[in-house]
Amino acid sequence: MTTSAILMIVLTQGVVLAATIYFFAKVLKAPPKAEPDSYSENDDVPR
Amino acid sequence: MAQTSESWGSRVGLILAMAGNAVGLGNFLRFPVQAVQNGGGAFIIPYLVSFLLMGIPLLWVEWAMGRFGGRFGDHSTPFILDNMTKKRFWKYFGVFGIFTNMGVMAYYTYIESWTLTYTLKSLKGDFLGVNLDQLDTFFNNYVDLGSGINFPVWAIIAFTFTLVINIYILSRGLSAGIEKVAKIAMPLLIGFGAFLAIMSWTTGSTGRCDDCSTFVGLNFLWEPDFSTLANPKIWLAAAGQIFFTLSVGMGTIHCYSSYLKQKDDIALNAMSAGWMNLFVEVVLGSAVVIPIAVGYLGLDWVVENAGFMMAFKTMPFLFDQWGSVMAIIAGVAWFGLLFFAGITSSLAMGTPWMGFVEDEFGWSKKRAALLLGAAIFVMGLPTILFFEKGVFDEYDYWTGTVSLVIFALAEVILFGWIFGMDKGWDEITAGADMRVPKIYRPIIKYVTPLFISIIFLTSMFKPLNGELSDWSTAYSSLIGGEGWPWANDSIINQIFHINTGVTWLQDGKFTDMFYVDMSRFFLLACFFGLVFMVKIASNIRKQKV
Repeated sequence: MTTSAILMIVLTQGVVLAATIYFFAKVLKAPPKAEPDSYSENDDVPR
Repeated sequence: MAQTSESWGSRVGLILAMAGNAVGLGNFLRFPVQAVQNGGGAFIIPYLVSFLLMGIPLLWVEWAMGRFGGRFGDHSTPFILDNMTKKRFWKYFGVFGIFTNMGVMAYYTYIESWTLTYTLKSLKGDFLGVNLDQLDTFFNNYVDLGSGINFPVWAIIAFTFTLVINIYILSRGLSAGIEKVAKIAMPLLIGFGAFLAIMSWTTGSTGRCDDCSTFVGLNFLWEPDFSTLANPKIWLAAAGQIFFTLSVGMGTIHCYSSYLKQKDDIALNAMSAGWMNLFVEVVLGSAVVIPIAVGYLGLDWVVENAGFMMAFKTMPFLFDQWGSVMAIIAGVAWFGLLFFAGITSSLAMGTPWMGFVEDEFGWSKKRAALLLGAAIFVMGLPTILFFEKGVFDEYDYWTGTVSLVIFALAEVILFGWIFGMDKGWDEITAGADMRVPKIYRPIIKYVTPLFISIIFLTSMFKPLNGELSDWSTAYSSLIGGEGWPWANDSIINQIFHINTGVTWLQDGKFTDMFYVDMSRFFLLACFFGLVFMVKIASNIRKQKV
């Protein structure tokens, strides 16, 4: 593979992978909103 | 409208369902082919720019519109749009948000049924030792090609079975049906994709020909040719890919988001689902079909044959080169991945109809799902029986391509200019778990509508070949009185058959154009049938007031 192709793969896939992980991790870390919220699975979870 | 008791089970479930809606067969089959045909590695630059300027804004707009509509108990686009403006005709524009989904679901479920059949065949080891000709023959027999009017008994049974699965899941509702499937399907899909990507990256040179190496395939996909960046055709192809991969302009995002409360985040959810789709497309989608095909068939073969059908007519042969055990594992992973990508999308396509009839006519989930199943079966049959006549492609062109662009353009104008950016911005940022960059305010108002308008107008008036130089040649031709040289796939030529003329009968037999035009009228009738239902729903609302 040429250097420019490797560079392109690493840069592009790196950016996309990093953004995907960053935003999904941010979702997981976000504190839940006060009840009643939009989600039913946490309805019985005490806060 | 009826007040729904539906809700999402969890935030992660919603994001997986929304990502599943976007991740489809195109992530693995359309994206790499588009990249190959449009400058390889350089394609990714206009692709990412389009994502930032058109994809993200449209995602935020649709999530915001959906949650706004949900506040009034509306879960489908006709009345979501109706609540955003005093002009009553907008609800009829909203019909696109149901019609498009039903039209696409009709033929998409058929492809989904192929992937299910091929998964089972791979598992049984039916593709072990096959060559490309045998795969071609198998596929042609399976869809009954070559007989004029196609009547593929097993394909129809598989289609019906796949449709029944979809309808059953839809009848279970959001959290017990769609969300549960997404929570299983998405991790499996990513796992299968990662396995195939690793196989591709580690295969390297196979020695079957001089350039038979997966690295040559990867190099071909990713080596940038920056000279192509000045070609508007590449930019249009990239913008088009972003459009279709994110499933914007369909009405499904509005529907999913309409079950969220005002205080709950949409900005971060939209980004997470959007980037997850991009990950599946750019990282996994680019690693499978093209590199593996180049690895065993060479670059010249791939350049000549790259296309959608490689999924069925080529991949089992390529997996067979890895030995019989790996061939079965890879075949199940590949077709299973496509099936999961397909079903998470087709389920999303069913939800706007479900939301509409439950809200407006008070139908139960079961009744709504059964009628949807009947409608999709009737709409899907022509794509099966007249597959060879071009009816399948006709559905794809109008419902899977043109309708999306028209609806997206209409909704972004409604959001930014009629609903207004002040209210629109408040909707996007309400409850946000991230800081939404303010630059997106002018982007949503000016740049995104302009972007989509350019896509729409160039698709409408596309001259022969569509290169930049062809536009000036076409203009000179028009000024010179020789008329506009229409591209065959331009919207105007598709409507009026300018290049070929209208011929429905030849030698006493109906031509392919007859079948294509009849399917077009059928789709129009379906559209106006939905318009009529919206009109009835509107009258019922007035009576209640």
